Amino acid sequence: MTKTPRAGGPPSGPANDEVAVRLIGASLRRGGREILRDLDLVVPRGRITAVMGPSGTGKTSLLSLVSGELAPSKGQVFVEGQDINTLDRRRLYALRRRMGMLFQEGALFTDLSVFDNVAFPLREHTRLPEALVRVIVLLKLEAVGLRGAADLYPSELSGGMARRAALARAVVMDPAVVLYDEPLTGLDPISMGVILRLIRDLNHTLGLTSVVVSHDVQEMLSVADHFYVLADGRLIAQGDRESLRAQAAASPWVRQFLEGEADGPVPFHYPARPLWDDLLGGEAA
Amino acid sequence: MKSTLSEIGSSPFQAVATLGAVGLFLVRILGAIPRALARPRALVEQIFVVGAVSTNLILVGGLFVGLVMGLQFYTALARFGATSALGGLVALSLLRELSPVVTALLYAGRAGTSLASELGLMRATEQFKAMEVMAVDPVERVVAPRFLAGVISVPLLTALFSAVGILGGYLIGVRLMGLDPGVFWNNLRASVRFRQDFLNGEFKALVFGILCTLVALYEGYHSDPTAEGLGRATTRSVVIASLAVLSCDYLMTAFLYR
Repeated sequence: MTKTPRAGGPPSGPANDEVAVRLIGASLRRGGREILRDLDLVVPRGRITAVMGPSGTGKTSLLSLVSGELAPSKGQVFVEGQDINTLDRRRLYALRRRMGMLFQEGALFTDLSVFDNVAFPLREHTRLPEALVRVIVLLKLEAVGLRGAADLYPSELSGGMARRAALARAVVMDPAVVLYDEPLTGLDPISMGVILRLIRDLNHTLGLTSVVVSHDVQEMLSVADHFYVLADGRLIAQGDRESLRAQAAASPWVRQFLEGEADGPVPFHYPARPLWDDLLGGEAA
Repeated sequence: MKSTLSEIGSSPFQAVATLGAVGLFLVRILGAIPRALARPRALVEQIFVVGAVSTNLILVGGLFVGLVMGLQFYTALARFGATSALGGLVALSLLRELSPVVTALLYAGRAGTSLASELGLMRATEQFKAMEVMAVDPVERVVAPRFLAGVISVPLLTALFSAVGILGGYLIGVRLMGLDPGVFWNNLRASVRFRQDFLNGEFKALVFGILCTLVALYEGYHSDPTAEGLGRATTRSVVIASLAVLSCDYLMTAFLYR
């Protein structure tokens, strides 16, 4: 496992302008429970980085750290070279304008049409004339294949379409970094393929940096360039596709996760006393 | 035993903490109001959604309250041969007490619940988070216009309630019981004072508007992002707002009409 040097703050490791997001020794504690422990993580610019791990290992919390919604209890989070937790609200908002995020269920505004949803960030943050807003929105909708659905409302969309509309909204401001929170969860195989293609195509055509949090291993292996595997709030593997496979051979945990085995280092059974005690011992045991 | 005691001991602290949180929320809303005013369209839209749609309810409610009061007061006054005081009595009870209170209760039931559930649903579907990540402050964009709309609407609805209620009293007293219309209106005009009666009632309505809208928005905005959380927020918004209206009404009556 290669480790990013920690001392000396952000300039260490890969050159700063090649790094979009960097976590240095970041820990997160919520409600007395440590969700993330001492994470060192680098997201190279212009690439697709996948953060994988079973449910409940703090993947979504990691995205909240990067978006500045949560502050690490220890360590630092740098986005575009800025320590996101030292920023005041105005600067944080200025930085967030250069970020896009795709939420698990899309999080479209239910009282706005697809068109108005995608136009929302533009209307909030720019003074572009409405004619230009229309052109930009239609182009983004065209990119996700929903130009024909511009006038529909979120309640009229299927899960996959809602996710695509939300993706158009996430990239409408041409952000530098796009964060994807479980973009494939609950989608049928066709929609999954569409979203995967969009993640890849948008990343390359718009020159984005993408961070995808997901537990869909095979899909991520097909689309991402760089991988981190989280378990119990710790990094247990990282690297590109080949090095991940090599680590799987060495670590039973990584292998269990990548192959989707039911039992292994992560036990099938929730901790309990022996079955016989439970069946024969009754309440008194 | 110990945990029960500590629970009992902690509940006043909880209540104070919640009150403080509501206060901070109000400060946040007030801070966002100038920027919310810069979007008059959104504000007008919300006045329509929050206020105008409650109009029918207020009209029907006000009419029936007026009809009932006309009947009750007329029979009571007839015992003393004082039916000529009907107009003033109906108008004063409406303007000072019934209109602000009943309007606020109806408003909390109609608009308050819909505000709480709307915001609760937005919370559950991560729409507030999405706004935050898009660098848009949800308090400024969503909460503040709704708050303003509520605060503007309740006094207007209250005035409407009074007007229709007086009409109800008139229908019973004059049309049904045969009181002279001149006597009815004259007595009303002679007994109602603009500042002490009408404006004080409108002041109450303003306070109730702030209370009901704030409670509904607070409950919705801070609801648990689950189905139960949404239901709980909606219920709490009505219960808390109603209790707040009734208790504040006592305090304000004690201070306003000495």
